Amino acid sequence: MSSTESEVLSTRRGSRVVLLWLLIGLLGYFVFPWYILEDGFFSFEWLDGYPFDTDYAPAAFLVFQGEKIWLTPLILPLLLPLVVLFRQSSRRFFSTILIIAGASGVFYLFAQGFAIGIRGFNAEWLQALFGELGDRQFGFGYGAVLLACTFLFYLTTGIASRGYINGDVFVVGAIGFIISIVALFIFFPIAQMLSSALRDNEGVYSLSIFIAKFSENKIWGLACLTENRGCGVAWNSLFLAIVVGAATTLLGLVFALVATRSGFRYGNWLRALTVLPIITPPFVIGLAIILLFGLSGTVTQWVAGVLDLQPTRWVYGLPGIMIAQMLSFTPIAFLVLIGVVEGVSPSMEEASQTLRASRWYTFKTVTFPLIRPGLANAFLLGFIESMADFGNPLVLGGNYDVLSTEIFFAIVGAQNDQGRAAVLAIVLLLFTLTAFYAQRRWLGKKSYITKTGKGDGGSHSLMPKRIMWPCYTIASVWVVFTVTVYGMIIYGGFVETWGLNHTLTFKHYITTFAVGINEFGIHFKGTAWDSFFTTLKIAATAAPLTAIVGLITAYLLVRQQFHGKDWFEFGTMLSFAIPGTVVGVSYILAFNVPPLELTGTGIILIISFVFRNMPVGVRAGIASMSQLDKSLDEASLTLGANTWRTFRKVILPLMRPAILAALVFSFVRAMTAISAVIFLVSAEYNMATSYIIGRVENNDYGIAIAYSTTLIFVMLTAILLFQLLVGRNQTSRPFTQSRTNVG
Amino acid sequence: MNQSELKTRAASVEFQSVTKRYGTEVTAVDNVSLKVDAGELVTLLGPSGCGKTTTLRMIAGLEMASEGRILIGGSDVTRLPATDRDVSMVFQSYALFPHMTVLENVCYGLRASGKNKKQSIERAEYGLDLVGLAGYGSRLPSELSGGQQQRVAVARALVLEPQVLLFDEPLSNLDAKLRRQVRDDIREIQQRLSLTVVYVTHDQEEALAVSDRIIVMKNAMIAQVGSPRELYEQPASEFVADFIGEANIIDVDITAVNQGNATVQVGEVMLNLDSRGLEPGSAKLAVRPNRIFIDSRNTANAAVLPGVVEKATYVGDRIEYKIGTEQGVLFCTSETTDRQVAELTEVAVSFDVTGPVLLPEDT
Repeated sequence: MSSTESEVLSTRRGSRVVLLWLLIGLLGYFVFPWYILEDGFFSFEWLDGYPFDTDYAPAAFLVFQGEKIWLTPLILPLLLPLVVLFRQSSRRFFSTILIIAGASGVFYLFAQGFAIGIRGFNAEWLQALFGELGDRQFGFGYGAVLLACTFLFYLTTGIASRGYINGDVFVVGAIGFIISIVALFIFFPIAQMLSSALRDNEGVYSLSIFIAKFSENKIWGLACLTENRGCGVAWNSLFLAIVVGAATTLLGLVFALVATRSGFRYGNWLRALTVLPIITPPFVIGLAIILLFGLSGTVTQWVAGVLDLQPTRWVYGLPGIMIAQMLSFTPIAFLVLIGVVEGVSPSMEEASQTLRASRWYTFKTVTFPLIRPGLANAFLLGFIESMADFGNPLVLGGNYDVLSTEIFFAIVGAQNDQGRAAVLAIVLLLFTLTAFYAQRRWLGKKSYITKTGKGDGGSHSLMPKRIMWPCYTIASVWVVFTVTVYGMIIYGGFVETWGLNHTLTFKHYITTFAVGINEFGIHFKGTAWDSFFTTLKIAATAAPLTAIVGLITAYLLVRQQFHGKDWFEFGTMLSFAIPGTVVGVSYILAFNVPPLELTGTGIILIISFVFRNMPVGVRAGIASMSQLDKSLDEASLTLGANTWRTFRKVILPLMRPAILAALVFSFVRAMTAISAVIFLVSAEYNMATSYIIGRVENNDYGIAIAYSTTLIFVMLTAILLFQLLVGRNQTSRPFTQSRTNVG
Repeated sequence: MNQSELKTRAASVEFQSVTKRYGTEVTAVDNVSLKVDAGELVTLLGPSGCGKTTTLRMIAGLEMASEGRILIGGSDVTRLPATDRDVSMVFQSYALFPHMTVLENVCYGLRASGKNKKQSIERAEYGLDLVGLAGYGSRLPSELSGGQQQRVAVARALVLEPQVLLFDEPLSNLDAKLRRQVRDDIREIQQRLSLTVVYVTHDQEEALAVSDRIIVMKNAMIAQVGSPRELYEQPASEFVADFIGEANIIDVDITAVNQGNATVQVGEVMLNLDSRGLEPGSAKLAVRPNRIFIDSRNTANAAVLPGVVEKATYVGDRIEYKIGTEQGVLFCTSETTDRQVAELTEVAVSFDVTGPVLLPEDT
């Protein structure tokens, strides 16, 4: 075995990468401030007083001044690779040194971070061992993050030079990077939440308390069956989700049939409906329902007047949530089912008809069985969406408590019981994960989409008459209803006080978005500008990050083979099934204390968007990458380019439409998100959606609606611009794949 | 111009007991050993699924061998990924980068291997000139015809002066007429620059036309290696005889073997053939369709097989006959197209003196 030439080559390439990360690590240790800065990540105030001010100093200065001496050992793993860097060494030795340096570095960095916190040692046994520390530390800042990256890539480079994935430094590095951030920002918070559910208020672990909290009557009670009281929140959520899932599936199917099988000329216009849930902040439908059916709602007043009844608050509670969720989520079911209905090969139906089957018989025996798995898929999506929905129940819930809002009230209300919130979040997570699991295991393998590769001639046969007319009727009624609801949203913003004084006015728009001129130039006087700009800034920062993470993940999933790829895929798609409220709670629990001290910053919002929208980026990337001929990559490799160059020069340029799609969608979704956001906003970083919710709670409907309308139009503009940029054909795919994440 | 001329750095390729498995079930290449000499054009030929493309991809480094060693130019490259091997490949789909111009495509590998821009462009232009596409540099691949795209792909691989140049079914996306032309071009460039070329195809005529040697593969293993003439005239097995050109396989008796000459009895006909190491007893004889003659007049001769024309098909440059005989149905062709023997005519069947060949036992 004298494969020395290949050894030299791969260690030489590895050396370049290691040298780069060594330099970055040195910057992290010697130049950048080690701890997180009070004024936020993007502030440069630290240049004042740097480098001797303890709050802003880099690790090396702290150590030289005799402070935070526990940071000293970090220099060892950082410099260890110098042993192999500038001389010939065997590949085995090279990789062993790097793995030791990387693994020990990561381990020690996090160990010291978790061991020593704001109040000194975090654990009593450490205190017993080392005595009182008399010092403390804050969360990781620039320096620590850079050093963590250095150690991580030492480790992956070491593993790569062991020969893993053909010794490909870029691919192993990318896998390591994605696994680390998914572990840190998806699994770690969930684990923290689980552990906090297992603790009592003093922080002592106790299984019995967990069981007591978990089996509480308020969650699982069945009182509504026997007496006139409410059932447990878990049952409420479950019942609501099943009804909404079934109803949206049925409506979605009706729309899909009308759009593709009715010969109705404007059927394609129905597809515009699918854009609505993407650009509508989740509680806006709820607001419109209040305008229509609330105590002073148009319909309520009119019916009360005609029948001479006392107007009631009937809509608050189950009926209201149900209507709002059906309006919100039907387009999603439609989106899923239109693909399924179109996926049935016309030649199948034509074959059936040439075999003397009537239209109805064909539909019953061929078409419908082929779309059945699609129906199950749509139901599960509707189920997950309804479970996770936060905005509508918050606005319309009344006395009908559901899990997602109960979690919120457990944290923000008078209760402030994080343990209870964690327990409720676990219950909610159990439901959505079960549905997610069912969808993947059961339906993943059972696809009846009859694609044959060859272009299938022929056109879809029409629906049989006996279901055509019911479909038309339902679809028309629903379209009228949807249009009314959106009309209400626009109209509502121009009305003085809904239900009392219907004079048209610009008052609400002026309050929110007034612009004036004062001695400093343009002055944004409106009350909404702050949150509006923050939202734009955060959404615009999160969008490219989401696209990058999503596309790298998609690249690894489509183009690379490695052990544990199934788990890798499961981990990256998991955030699909984690409701926003659960993310919110778990982030608060996990990132409130050093070493990852992020609450109250803009970063935590950005991170939550990146990971909640990651499946969107991954799906867009997978869809467009599977259409790229694999031999393009291979040609590039055989021409002597490495995977990193191939990724940059060949794959990225060819994926431009997918990248744009991922950018626009993560931007838009970041603007409409509410469920996780409401836990994570701070006075400094207030987002548009949480500002609007605040106005709703004060019964300032006019302002809330005016602001929502503005948001809808901003997002509509973003999407239309994007359509213009990329052209319709390329966008339809990412569009159809994007809105499958839960609110 | 002198320094931009392409030099040959052709090197040999050697497989030592190479096996490629996918998972535990599928063995795509099973314990294959082969050697391609420097400056030689060797074709991997076989039906689909025989392992020829996997073999090629293992030379390129796009697949890694599960067992065995691969040497290029004498040094071990078994564990080396594609990027680090001095091998270029021309793909079936050409795999031209659609977002780059022709010139950028040809420059790609040069830039990746660290050449500066000026040198790269100079070399790339020379490469385009070599394949007859000078002046097409600024076009996009989508603006070229299939044959032109194919030649760009060849130029892109050539300019790197690889130790080994690989072709994966390069002609399968071209129409029949163009195929012959491109085939000859590839052969011409290979001989002019004395390149080591490994070429994969499932088309036996293409293989016969371009190769110095052909490696016939079957079920993940090598069935036979030899020059085109050897394979066609001395097939080592029934499979090879039938895959390279068609062949009638006839059961015969070897009555005697004398100093390598076998006396073979086919019905009443006696033939004198190379024994190819066979002993007296029953054996199999391979006869090409154009080495069987039929005669509708002289049917009484003792040195012929009696037969009946079951089917006659006119295909333009020849007539194809199916003749029923006691030895089974024989397939033969006749270039005498002016006169067609009618179906159900009784005919005398005879064999060419040099055509028929005994087949060694299939092992």
